[in-house]
Amino acid sequence: MDVFLLQLLNGLDKGGAYALIALGLTLIFGTLGVVNFAHGTLFMLGAFCAITFNKLLSLEQVRIDPEKLTPWGTPLEVREPYVEALLGDFGHWLLNYSVPASILLAIPVMAIIGFVMERGLIKHFYNRPHADQILVTFGLAIVIQEIVKTMFGANPIPQIAPESLRGAADIGLMLGTDPGVIVYPVWRMVYLVFAGLVIAAVFAFLQFTTFGMVVRAGMADRETVGLLGINIERRFTIVFAIAAVVAGLAGVMYTPILPPDYHMGMDFLVLSFVVVVVGGMGSLPGAVAAGFLLGILQSFASMNEIKDILPGIDQIIIYLVAVVILLVRPRGLMGRKGVMEN
Amino acid sequence: MSARTSPARDLVYFVIFAAAVLTMPVWLAPIGAGYPDLLQKFAIYGLFATGFNLLFGLTGYLSFGHAAFLGVGSYTAVWSFKLLGMNPIPAVILAVVAAGIFALAIGFVSLRRSGIYFSILTLAFAQMSYNLAYSVLTPITNGETGLRVLRSDPRIFDAADGAEGALVSTLFGIEMNGYAGFYFCAVILIAGFFIAQRIFRSPFGIMLRAVKSNQNRMTYTGLNPRPYTLAAFVISGMYAGLAGSLLCITDPLAGAERMQWTASGEVVLMTILGGAGTLLGPLLGAGLIKYFENIFSAFNEQTLHSIFSFLPDFLETPVVGLMSLFVGEGWQLTLGVLFMIIVIFLPGGIMEGVSRLGRLFKGSDKPSAADKGRVEAAAE
Amino acid sequence: MTIIRKPLNRRSILRAGALGGVALATPTIFTSRAWSAGYLNEPTGSTVTFGFNVPQSGPYADEGADELRAYQLAVKHLNGEGDGGMLNTFSSKALQGNGVNGKKVVFVTGDTQTKSDAARASAKRMIEKDGAIMITGGSSSGVAIAVQSLCQEAGVIFMAGLTHSNDTTGKDKRANGFRHFFNTEMTGAALAPVLKNVMGADRRAYHLTADYTWGWSQEESIKKYTGELGWETVAAVRTPLGAGDFSQYITPVLNSGADVLVLNHYGKDMVNSLTQAVQFGLRDKQVNGKNFEIVVPLYSELMAQGAGENVKGILGSSGWDWKLTDAGTQAFTKSFGQEYGFPPSQAAHTCYVQALLYADAAQRAGTFMPSELGKALEGFEFDGLGNGPTLYRAADHQCFKDVLVVKGKENPSSQYDLLEVVEVTPRAQVEYPAELLGGELGPYNNGV
Repeated sequence: MDVFLLQLLNGLDKGGAYALIALGLTLIFGTLGVVNFAHGTLFMLGAFCAITFNKLLSLEQVRIDPEKLTPWGTPLEVREPYVEALLGDFGHWLLNYSVPASILLAIPVMAIIGFVMERGLIKHFYNRPHADQILVTFGLAIVIQEIVKTMFGANPIPQIAPESLRGAADIGLMLGTDPGVIVYPVWRMVYLVFAGLVIAAVFAFLQFTTFGMVVRAGMADRETVGLLGINIERRFTIVFAIAAVVAGLAGVMYTPILPPDYHMGMDFLVLSFVVVVVGGMGSLPGAVAAGFLLGILQSFASMNEIKDILPGIDQIIIYLVAVVILLVRPRGLMGRKGVMEN
Repeated sequence: MSARTSPARDLVYFVIFAAAVLTMPVWLAPIGAGYPDLLQKFAIYGLFATGFNLLFGLTGYLSFGHAAFLGVGSYTAVWSFKLLGMNPIPAVILAVVAAGIFALAIGFVSLRRSGIYFSILTLAFAQMSYNLAYSVLTPITNGETGLRVLRSDPRIFDAADGAEGALVSTLFGIEMNGYAGFYFCAVILIAGFFIAQRIFRSPFGIMLRAVKSNQNRMTYTGLNPRPYTLAAFVISGMYAGLAGSLLCITDPLAGAERMQWTASGEVVLMTILGGAGTLLGPLLGAGLIKYFENIFSAFNEQTLHSIFSFLPDFLETPVVGLMSLFVGEGWQLTLGVLFMIIVIFLPGGIMEGVSRLGRLFKGSDKPSAADKGRVEAAAE
Repeated sequence: MTIIRKPLNRRSILRAGALGGVALATPTIFTSRAWSAGYLNEPTGSTVTFGFNVPQSGPYADEGADELRAYQLAVKHLNGEGDGGMLNTFSSKALQGNGVNGKKVVFVTGDTQTKSDAARASAKRMIEKDGAIMITGGSSSGVAIAVQSLCQEAGVIFMAGLTHSNDTTGKDKRANGFRHFFNTEMTGAALAPVLKNVMGADRRAYHLTADYTWGWSQEESIKKYTGELGWETVAAVRTPLGAGDFSQYITPVLNSGADVLVLNHYGKDMVNSLTQAVQFGLRDKQVNGKNFEIVVPLYSELMAQGAGENVKGILGSSGWDWKLTDAGTQAFTKSFGQEYGFPPSQAAHTCYVQALLYADAAQRAGTFMPSELGKALEGFEFDGLGNGPTLYRAADHQCFKDVLVVKGKENPSSQYDLLEVVEVTPRAQVEYPAELLGGELGPYNNGV
């Protein structure tokens, strides 16, 4: 029972990450009709927003101490963080909360990145074949990755959660089990709640605002919306920016769980496409449902009891489920007819 | 571009192509690509992309799992070496057959869906193959280390040579590495190109194009497109298997990473970069990507300094500094930039550029100018 | 990121690079076989070309960059530039700092991408086009084994870089291949006694193992040596390579009754699994009345950097550390630190030493012919290269030297000071009979 519950939590947590990435991807698919191979890169850029923020906070004043030498014989450098020196306790607090605080940096930065990408590049590819879209976004993804690699190196860069949210909490106690049976990392629970909030916010935005109504109408029937005299282009830009922000936030909050490196976007790219397609093209609830479903199944498939019966099942479960679902339900869980079927 | 085709033109086109491929060691030498391994890679990946194009270029079905067939071909070829002996002929035949059967199974299932659903199905099958080959199937694939021929293998038909012979593929006493290996691949590439050309012009090819342009209309006329697309899928899988076997014939090692999605993505990029649906485009795309991967990655700061040594000192250092971002460890950056430039300015890939050049000359020049343009483009 | 941080004198780069550059720019239409030389790529001019095949893209790009720095430093020292580094402390005095066998050393570089196919393509380019006399480098065992067998077939010497799997000098060993780095067998032998001292003999271990050959090899060795000391293995679970999120493998550890977690992961996998295991509160846990412990059998400086805070106090093994106090280590650290501004990693050390050992063997043999040069390396006893007295064993071309047991430092003084040496396990303790790992060297191949 406790094992089951823990794996469920793991699955929900993974699912939250998958759903957040897939949500933006499917928004872009559904409204803009663009296959965005650079979407994983947006996730990675979000993570590097957190790193940049942390680096800015811990910028150090470098003094050279001529008295002492390094072991290899050059003068020793003494470093002091500026923020702590200038702001004292508040600086210390800010450094401690740098990951959640960097959301404030990530939102405008990712929105600008999304805006620039859409206006500068994606816009010109609305009416081009999907093959061209794949090539250009893949090229863009490589370019962005390489730039990040040049700036930050290829090694993962650790980010730590705020002190009060580090470590694990005994949630079993609340459920009446013995102490130490159901222990789960606090930050993962924070991530799960955060993912739920972002998903809810995106849905609320699309459901309850006029803007969202137009976007949904555009997803359903782009031509008619265009005929109604609504400037769909401008809305596309905003949708793209929202998708970039969602992917970026997913990246920011994921950094304490997975130390980011320049390649992490590519690692998530294939997976996020599978999630979107299993959910059904152009369906936001589908993407979220598929994200959680695949996350949970992946967790359960990794249990030793199941691996003993089917060795290697944890390696392929995601793809196996994708195949089965697509064969049983031709357009994924909640896909609509005619979207991206040509 | 199919408007001006005729059997005679095709023949001329084919002969020029064959001559260009066979003389590659000569005309690729000045740009540093005239050494056996890269020449072999050009031929092999050219073949792989040509086969992929038969599916994607003609029917529009975008498979994201073609590397699986490359991998199956490779493993079959090495197993053929291990069990039967180092002769490449059985390896080629078995690899093509095995890849064909594998493609038939995957194609049969995947082609029940179209569009992106089809792409994800093929991707899923390929990723499953890759993950299993890397781990659980290690007894068959030798996992991370890759499958190789060992001295202790039975190699039934090689018994006469004893265990002393080199562990490279040998045809009639000629070792299939170096230039001999390249010519072996080149001949197969030319044959593969010829078959592709025939398929492009055949009624079957026209049927496949019909699938691409409007599947519904085709269904309304009472034709079931499935057998045609499945045939195209299997043929293209066999090309991939053939390419996989050639990789092992020139270098007897089969690794699981050949089946990874990045490898599937690479052939997609090659085809689109060169020009999907054109005969020559995928070959050019394959050549360009392999050239960047092998030559640009080899430049280091030293080489740059010697290349730009003609510049005055105050210019040389910044120029070298700038260039070093794009070569050596930065070669992928150059590739990414190239992808973007080509797709932005030449929507039909490299072949679009070639035909634009052709049109430039067409007004004044003889009709053969377009062909000439193609050959010249092949020289890049 | 530029490889040469502190710009060298332009002219010296030119001199060193001119011939390498020319070799790149002008292709050889005929392979060297056509010259019917005594051996493949026999250097005929005034230079000899080394091939440095390191990962420049992919997960190990930073490690590869460090290897390349070490190689460039080695070439400088071989050619008599710089302060000479470990040439001054090396027990063999054959090398005079005037190149090797009277020829100036030049080099070509390539990107392995940490993929067998790409690594072999890159090595073939060096052999076929650039005329490289030897290939060295690499950051993973799969690649090392693939390139080693290529070099055997082609007929050049392969000096392995960072490769830790037993197979490299075990069942996949080749006459033309040589390894200076240690392996999982030695890790097990060195680590187990320290684990027993620190954690006691009555422990129950849970293994998480990367699901490929190196992972299995590592798991086997640790099980074997800790088993001999009385540890029990509760479970050994295979995890997919590059899983990213390991939570679904970590939660079963919580209530398994195990009190030690062994992470047989390397690189990014280790960084992720360790970070997540610590987040799950494993280190604060009490099981069977003992503190729960985590062990990472193979450490590297870059991995420690990637895992940050989480490595503190965690035990593992390492081939070398720049903080060792012997003369060789100090000379190398000084030389490297002055050149690049930070200390070398263990990958840099093994690559630098391999380049030196190759050059020295060539000098002593008086030729670059693989069979002759190989014999000069076989059974070679040396000292002064940072690991104490070392033997290149003839039977399997594996170096035997002291192995370090290290642990994550509690209070690092700088970002390069993340690991502290707990114990230097003497060579005698990690030696094993060559037959243990099987395989067959076969004959040397000179490529003609």
